Amino acid sequence: MDLIKMLSAEQAKELPDVKAGDTVRVHFKIVEGKNERIQIYEGLVIAIKNAGLSRTFTVRKNSYGVGVERVFPMHSPRIDKLEVLRCGKVRRGKLYYIREKIGKKAKIKELLGGRKPPVRSLAAKA
Amino acid sequence: MLALIGKKIGMTQVFDETGRLSPATVIAVEANTVIGRKTEEKDGYNAVVLGYRDMKKSHVTKPYAGQFPEGIEPKKTVQEMREFSAPVEVGQALGVDLFNGTRFVDVIATSKGKGFQGVVKRWGFAGGRNTHGSKFHREPGSTGQSTYPHKTFKNMKLPGRMGRARVTVQNLKVLKVDAENGFIVIRGAVPGPRNCLVVVRSAVKKAK
Repeated sequence: MDLIKMLSAEQAKELPDVKAGDTVRVHFKIVEGKNERIQIYEGLVIAIKNAGLSRTFTVRKNSYGVGVERVFPMHSPRIDKLEVLRCGKVRRGKLYYIREKIGKKAKIKELLGGRKPPVRSLAAKA
Repeated sequence: MLALIGKKIGMTQVFDETGRLSPATVIAVEANTVIGRKTEEKDGYNAVVLGYRDMKKSHVTKPYAGQFPEGIEPKKTVQEMREFSAPVEVGQALGVDLFNGTRFVDVIATSKGKGFQGVVKRWGFAGGRNTHGSKFHREPGSTGQSTYPHKTFKNMKLPGRMGRARVTVQNLKVLKVDAENGFIVIRGAVPGPRNCLVVVRSAVKKAK
Protein backbone atom coordinates (compact mmCIF):
# COMPACT_ATOMS: atom_id res chain seq x y z
CA MET A 1 0.00 0.00 0.00
CA ASP A 2 2.93 2.29 0.62
CA LEU A 3 3.76 2.35 -3.07
CA ILE A 4 0.25 3.52 -3.87
CA LYS A 5 0.44 6.25 -1.26
CA MET A 6 3.78 7.32 -2.62
CA LEU A 7 2.42 7.42 -6.14
CA SER A 8 -0.51 9.60 -5.14
CA ALA A 9 1.67 11.89 -3.04
CA GLU A 10 3.86 12.42 -6.09
CA GLN A 11 0.96 13.66 -8.15
CA ALA A 12 -0.91 15.53 -5.46
CA LYS A 13 -1.00 19.31 -5.71
CA GLU A 14 -1.24 21.73 -2.89
CA LEU A 15 -4.91 22.48 -2.67
CA PRO A 16 -6.54 25.81 -2.05
CA ASP A 17 -9.06 25.94 0.75
CA VAL A 18 -12.31 25.48 -1.17
CA LYS A 19 -15.63 24.52 0.37
CA ALA A 20 -19.15 24.05 -0.90
CA GLY A 21 -20.86 27.43 -1.21
CA ASP A 22 -17.77 29.21 -2.45
CA THR A 23 -17.73 31.04 -5.73
CA VAL A 24 -14.64 30.10 -7.68
CA ARG A 25 -12.91 30.85 -10.94
CA VAL A 26 -11.23 27.84 -12.53
CA HIS A 27 -8.49 28.43 -15.07
CA PHE A 28 -8.63 25.22 -17.07
CA LYS A 29 -6.09 24.30 -19.71
CA ILE A 30 -7.62 23.14 -22.95
CA VAL A 31 -5.58 21.41 -25.63
CA GLU A 32 -6.76 21.98 -29.17
CA GLY A 33 -4.54 20.02 -31.48
CA LYS A 34 -1.15 21.49 -30.75
CA ASN A 35 -2.31 24.72 -29.16
CA GLU A 36 -2.99 25.08 -25.53
CA ARG A 37 -5.20 27.79 -24.16
CA ILE A 38 -6.77 28.59 -20.84
CA GLN A 39 -10.49 28.67 -20.42
CA ILE A 40 -12.03 30.35 -17.44
CA TYR A 41 -15.01 28.76 -15.79
CA GLU A 42 -16.68 30.63 -12.99
CA GLY A 43 -19.44 29.42 -10.71
CA LEU A 44 -20.62 28.12 -7.40
CA VAL A 45 -19.05 25.05 -5.81
CA ILE A 46 -21.98 22.82 -4.92
CA ALA A 47 -20.13 19.67 -3.90
CA ILE A 48 -16.71 18.33 -3.02
CA LYS A 49 -16.13 14.60 -3.18
CA ASN A 50 -13.20 13.32 -1.21
CA ALA A 51 -11.46 10.35 -2.75
CA GLY A 52 -7.76 10.84 -2.30
CA LEU A 53 -6.10 11.70 -5.55
CA SER A 54 -9.37 11.59 -7.46
CA ARG A 55 -10.94 14.20 -5.19
CA THR A 56 -13.33 16.32 -7.28
CA PHE A 57 -15.38 19.46 -6.99
CA THR A 58 -18.55 20.37 -8.87
CA VAL A 59 -19.01 23.92 -10.11
CA ARG A 60 -22.45 25.12 -11.15
CA LYS A 61 -23.14 28.21 -13.14
CA ASN A 62 -25.98 29.72 -15.08
CA SER A 63 -25.14 30.10 -18.72
CA TYR A 64 -27.74 32.05 -20.71
CA GLY A 65 -30.57 30.71 -18.57
CA VAL A 66 -29.33 27.13 -18.62
CA GLY A 67 -27.80 25.56 -15.54
CA VAL A 68 -24.38 24.07 -16.28
CA GLU A 69 -22.45 21.82 -13.93
CA ARG A 70 -18.90 20.77 -14.41
CA VAL A 71 -16.87 18.34 -12.33
CA PHE A 72 -13.15 18.99 -12.00
CA PRO A 73 -10.56 16.67 -10.45
CA MET A 74 -8.87 18.78 -7.79
CA HIS A 75 -5.40 17.46 -8.47
CA SER A 76 -5.71 17.63 -12.24
CA PRO A 77 -2.59 19.04 -13.89
CA ARG A 78 -4.92 20.76 -16.34
CA ILE A 79 -6.16 23.14 -13.66
CA ASP A 80 -3.84 26.07 -14.07
CA LYS A 81 -5.21 28.19 -11.27
CA LEU A 82 -8.13 28.08 -8.88
CA GLU A 83 -9.28 31.36 -7.40
CA VAL A 84 -11.78 31.64 -4.59
CA LEU A 85 -13.75 34.80 -5.26
CA ARG A 86 -16.13 34.64 -2.37
CA CYS A 87 -16.83 32.35 0.58
CA GLY A 88 -20.43 31.31 1.07
CA LYS A 89 -22.36 30.97 4.25
CA VAL A 90 -23.84 27.49 4.05
CA ARG A 91 -24.96 24.87 6.51
CA ARG A 92 -24.39 21.73 4.50
CA GLY A 93 -21.64 20.10 2.52
CA LYS A 94 -23.58 19.31 -0.64
CA LEU A 95 -25.74 22.05 -2.13
CA TYR A 96 -27.72 19.95 -4.59
CA TYR A 97 -30.93 21.72 -3.51
CA ILE A 98 -29.71 24.78 -5.42
CA ARG A 99 -30.60 23.00 -8.66
CA GLU A 100 -34.31 23.44 -8.02
CA LYS A 101 -34.10 27.06 -6.94
CA ILE A 102 -34.38 30.02 -9.27
CA GLY A 103 -33.56 33.67 -8.87
CA LYS A 104 -33.05 35.07 -5.43
CA LYS A 105 -33.58 31.69 -3.74
CA ALA A 106 -30.59 30.31 -5.57
CA LYS A 107 -28.38 32.93 -4.01
CA ILE A 108 -25.96 32.13 -1.25
CA LYS A 109 -25.08 34.66 1.39
CA GLU A 110 -21.49 35.67 1.73
CA LEU A 111 -19.56 34.54 4.72
CA LEU A 112 -18.34 37.77 6.18
CA GLY A 113 -15.11 37.94 8.01
CA GLY A 114 -13.66 35.03 6.08
CA ARG A 115 -13.22 31.45 7.11
CA LYS A 116 -11.11 30.20 9.95
CA PRO A 117 -8.02 28.37 8.75
CA PRO A 118 -8.71 24.67 8.17
CA VAL A 119 -7.87 22.31 11.00
CA ARG A 120 -6.10 19.87 8.75
CA SER A 121 -4.49 21.23 5.66
CA LEU A 122 -2.31 19.43 3.19
CA ALA A 123 0.33 22.10 3.37
CA ALA A 124 0.68 21.73 7.11
CA LYS A 125 1.25 18.01 6.78
CA ALA A 126 4.02 18.26 4.22
CA MET B 1 10.40 -11.02 -25.19
CA LEU B 2 11.14 -9.63 -21.77
CA ALA B 3 9.51 -10.97 -18.65
CA LEU B 4 9.76 -10.51 -14.90
CA ILE B 5 8.01 -11.89 -11.85
CA GLY B 6 6.36 -9.31 -9.61
CA LYS B 7 3.73 -8.77 -6.96
CA LYS B 8 0.41 -7.02 -7.51
CA ILE B 9 0.17 -4.19 -5.00
CA GLY B 10 -3.25 -2.82 -5.88
CA MET B 11 -5.10 -0.33 -7.98
CA THR B 12 -5.22 3.43 -7.98
CA GLN B 13 -5.70 6.27 -10.44
CA VAL B 14 -3.01 8.36 -12.07
CA PHE B 15 -2.98 11.41 -14.30
CA ASP B 16 -1.53 10.64 -17.69
CA GLU B 17 0.37 13.04 -19.94
CA THR B 18 -2.81 14.68 -21.24
CA GLY B 19 -4.07 15.29 -17.72
CA ARG B 20 -6.72 12.58 -17.80
CA LEU B 21 -7.19 10.26 -14.86
CA SER B 22 -6.64 6.65 -15.81
CA PRO B 23 -7.19 3.49 -13.79
CA ALA B 24 -3.85 1.95 -12.91
CA THR B 25 -2.41 -1.15 -11.28
CA VAL B 26 0.82 -0.97 -9.32
CA ILE B 27 3.09 -4.01 -9.56
CA ALA B 28 6.17 -4.25 -7.36
CA VAL B 29 9.13 -6.03 -8.88
CA GLU B 30 11.87 -6.93 -6.46
CA ALA B 31 15.07 -8.19 -7.94
CA ASN B 32 14.61 -11.23 -10.14
CA THR B 33 17.71 -13.40 -10.26
CA VAL B 34 18.78 -15.33 -13.31
CA ILE B 35 19.40 -18.84 -12.06
CA GLY B 36 19.88 -20.65 -15.34
CA ARG B 37 19.64 -20.65 -19.09
CA LYS B 38 18.22 -23.13 -21.55
CA THR B 39 19.71 -23.25 -24.98
CA GLU B 40 18.56 -24.56 -28.32
CA GLU B 41 21.50 -26.97 -28.65
CA LYS B 42 21.19 -28.52 -25.24
CA ASP B 43 17.52 -28.28 -24.32
CA GLY B 44 15.81 -27.76 -27.67
CA TYR B 45 14.57 -24.28 -26.84
CA ASN B 46 15.87 -20.96 -25.60
CA ALA B 47 14.82 -19.70 -22.19
CA VAL B 48 15.99 -17.91 -19.10
CA VAL B 49 15.17 -19.32 -15.68
CA LEU B 50 14.24 -16.63 -13.20
CA GLY B 51 14.06 -16.95 -9.44
CA TYR B 52 12.08 -14.60 -7.24
CA ARG B 53 12.19 -13.99 -3.48
CA ASP B 54 14.61 -15.73 -1.12
CA MET B 55 13.43 -18.68 0.92
CA LYS B 56 13.58 -19.07 4.64
CA LYS B 57 16.67 -21.19 5.39
CA SER B 58 14.72 -23.76 7.40
CA HIS B 59 12.32 -24.36 4.52
CA VAL B 60 15.00 -25.32 2.03
CA THR B 61 15.52 -29.01 1.39
CA LYS B 62 18.83 -30.20 0.00
CA PRO B 63 17.38 -31.58 -3.25
CA TYR B 64 15.60 -28.26 -3.81
CA ALA B 65 18.71 -26.22 -3.09
CA GLY B 66 20.70 -28.44 -5.43
CA GLN B 67 19.10 -27.00 -8.58
CA PHE B 68 20.46 -23.53 -7.88
CA PRO B 69 23.95 -22.67 -9.03
CA GLU B 70 26.56 -22.02 -6.39
CA GLY B 71 26.43 -18.67 -4.72
CA ILE B 72 22.73 -18.14 -5.39
CA GLU B 73 20.27 -18.42 -2.53
CA PRO B 74 17.35 -20.83 -3.13
CA LYS B 75 14.28 -18.94 -4.38
CA LYS B 76 10.61 -19.35 -3.54
CA THR B 77 9.46 -19.04 -7.12
CA VAL B 78 11.29 -20.40 -10.13
CA GLN B 79 9.99 -19.83 -13.61
CA GLU B 80 11.29 -20.19 -17.14
CA MET B 81 10.81 -17.33 -19.55
CA ARG B 82 11.06 -18.42 -23.18
CA GLU B 83 12.85 -16.48 -25.90
CA PHE B 84 14.27 -13.85 -23.57
CA SER B 85 15.46 -11.01 -25.78
CA ALA B 86 17.82 -9.23 -23.38
CA PRO B 87 21.35 -10.58 -22.94
CA VAL B 88 21.62 -11.90 -19.38
CA GLU B 89 24.05 -13.98 -17.40
CA VAL B 90 23.49 -16.48 -14.64
CA GLY B 91 23.57 -14.74 -11.29
CA GLN B 92 22.51 -11.38 -12.67
CA ALA B 93 19.79 -9.48 -10.85
CA LEU B 94 17.07 -8.01 -13.06
CA GLY B 95 14.92 -5.08 -12.03
CA VAL B 96 12.06 -3.13 -13.56
CA ASP B 97 14.48 -1.00 -15.55
CA LEU B 98 14.34 -3.91 -17.99
CA PHE B 99 11.01 -2.45 -19.13
CA ASN B 100 12.40 1.00 -19.84
CA GLY B 101 11.21 1.82 -23.32
CA THR B 102 8.53 -0.87 -23.39
CA ARG B 103 5.14 0.67 -24.11
CA PHE B 104 2.81 -2.29 -23.82
CA VAL B 105 2.92 -5.39 -21.65
CA ASP B 106 0.97 -8.58 -21.07
CA VAL B 107 0.26 -9.64 -17.51
CA ILE B 108 -0.22 -13.26 -16.48
CA ALA B 109 -1.63 -14.23 -13.09
CA THR B 110 -4.00 -16.59 -11.33
CA SER B 111 -7.42 -15.00 -11.15
CA LYS B 112 -9.52 -14.72 -8.00
CA GLY B 113 -11.46 -17.89 -7.17
CA LYS B 114 -15.23 -17.48 -7.35
CA GLY B 115 -16.23 -20.88 -5.95
CA PHE B 116 -19.00 -23.04 -7.41
CA GLN B 117 -21.00 -20.86 -9.75
CA GLY B 118 -24.02 -21.31 -11.97
CA VAL B 119 -24.14 -20.86 -15.72
CA VAL B 120 -25.34 -17.26 -15.64
CA LYS B 121 -22.27 -15.99 -13.81
CA ARG B 122 -19.82 -18.56 -15.14
CA TRP B 123 -20.70 -18.59 -18.83
CA GLY B 124 -22.89 -15.54 -19.28
CA PHE B 125 -26.13 -17.43 -20.04
CA ALA B 126 -29.08 -15.07 -20.25
CA GLY B 127 -31.35 -17.01 -17.90
CA GLY B 128 -35.13 -16.87 -18.05
CA ARG B 129 -37.54 -14.20 -16.93
CA ASN B 130 -38.38 -13.88 -13.28
CA THR B 131 -42.06 -13.02 -13.53
CA HIS B 132 -45.15 -13.66 -15.69
CA GLY B 133 -45.43 -17.30 -14.59
CA SER B 134 -41.93 -18.21 -15.65
CA LYS B 135 -40.47 -21.20 -13.89
CA PHE B 136 -37.14 -20.95 -15.67
CA HIS B 137 -34.81 -18.55 -13.90
CA ARG B 138 -31.09 -19.31 -13.83
CA GLU B 139 -31.04 -22.93 -15.01
CA PRO B 140 -28.67 -24.23 -17.69
CA GLY B 141 -31.58 -25.58 -19.78
CA SER B 142 -31.48 -28.61 -22.02
CA THR B 143 -28.14 -30.34 -22.46
CA GLY B 144 -28.59 -33.51 -24.49
CA GLN B 145 -31.98 -33.54 -26.31
CA SER B 146 -33.81 -36.77 -27.16
CA THR B 147 -33.27 -39.27 -29.98
CA TYR B 148 -30.44 -37.21 -31.38
CA PRO B 149 -27.82 -36.64 -29.99
CA HIS B 150 -29.16 -38.60 -27.01
CA LYS B 151 -26.14 -37.68 -24.92
CA THR B 152 -24.56 -34.65 -23.33
CA PHE B 153 -21.61 -33.54 -25.40
CA LYS B 154 -18.28 -33.10 -23.75
CA ASN B 155 -17.27 -29.58 -22.73
CA MET B 156 -20.91 -28.50 -22.35
CA LYS B 157 -21.07 -25.24 -20.41
CA LEU B 158 -22.40 -26.23 -17.02
CA PRO B 159 -22.15 -25.00 -13.43
CA GLY B 160 -18.88 -25.58 -11.63
CA ARG B 161 -15.79 -24.07 -10.10
CA MET B 162 -15.07 -20.64 -11.48
CA GLY B 163 -11.92 -18.53 -11.35
CA ARG B 164 -8.54 -19.38 -9.86
CA ALA B 165 -7.23 -20.07 -13.34
CA ARG B 166 -4.22 -18.75 -15.21
CA VAL B 167 -5.34 -15.63 -17.02
CA THR B 168 -3.37 -13.49 -19.45
CA VAL B 169 -4.37 -9.90 -20.10
CA GLN B 170 -2.75 -8.56 -23.23
CA ASN B 171 -1.63 -5.16 -24.45
CA LEU B 172 -1.79 -3.12 -21.25
CA LYS B 173 -0.18 0.27 -21.50
CA VAL B 174 2.81 1.03 -19.31
CA LEU B 175 2.27 4.32 -17.51
CA LYS B 176 5.39 4.46 -15.41
CA VAL B 177 8.53 2.48 -14.68
CA ASP B 178 10.18 3.39 -11.40
CA ALA B 179 13.49 1.57 -11.16
CA GLU B 180 14.51 3.33 -7.97
CA ASN B 181 11.60 2.01 -5.92
CA GLY B 182 11.14 -1.10 -8.01
CA PHE B 183 7.63 -0.85 -9.34
CA ILE B 184 5.77 -0.54 -12.60
CA VAL B 185 2.42 1.15 -13.16
CA ILE B 186 0.14 -0.36 -15.77
CA ARG B 187 -3.06 1.06 -17.16
CA GLY B 188 -6.14 -1.01 -16.37
CA ALA B 189 -6.82 -4.06 -14.25
CA VAL B 190 -4.75 -7.17 -13.76
CA PRO B 191 -6.03 -10.62 -12.71
CA GLY B 192 -5.68 -11.88 -9.16
CA PRO B 193 -6.03 -10.57 -5.63
CA ARG B 194 -3.68 -8.04 -4.05
CA ASN B 195 -0.23 -9.39 -3.16
CA CYS B 196 -0.49 -12.21 -5.68
CA LEU B 197 2.36 -13.17 -7.97
CA VAL B 198 2.13 -11.88 -11.51
CA VAL B 199 4.32 -12.27 -14.56
CA VAL B 200 4.80 -9.08 -16.55
CA ARG B 201 6.10 -9.57 -20.06
CA SER B 202 6.49 -7.30 -23.04
CA ALA B 203 3.40 -7.49 -25.25
CA VAL B 204 3.59 -10.39 -27.68
CA LYS B 205 0.99 -9.13 -30.13
CA LYS B 206 1.88 -5.49 -30.20
CA ALA B 207 4.93 -4.03 -31.88
CA LYS B 208 7.15 -1.98 -29.65
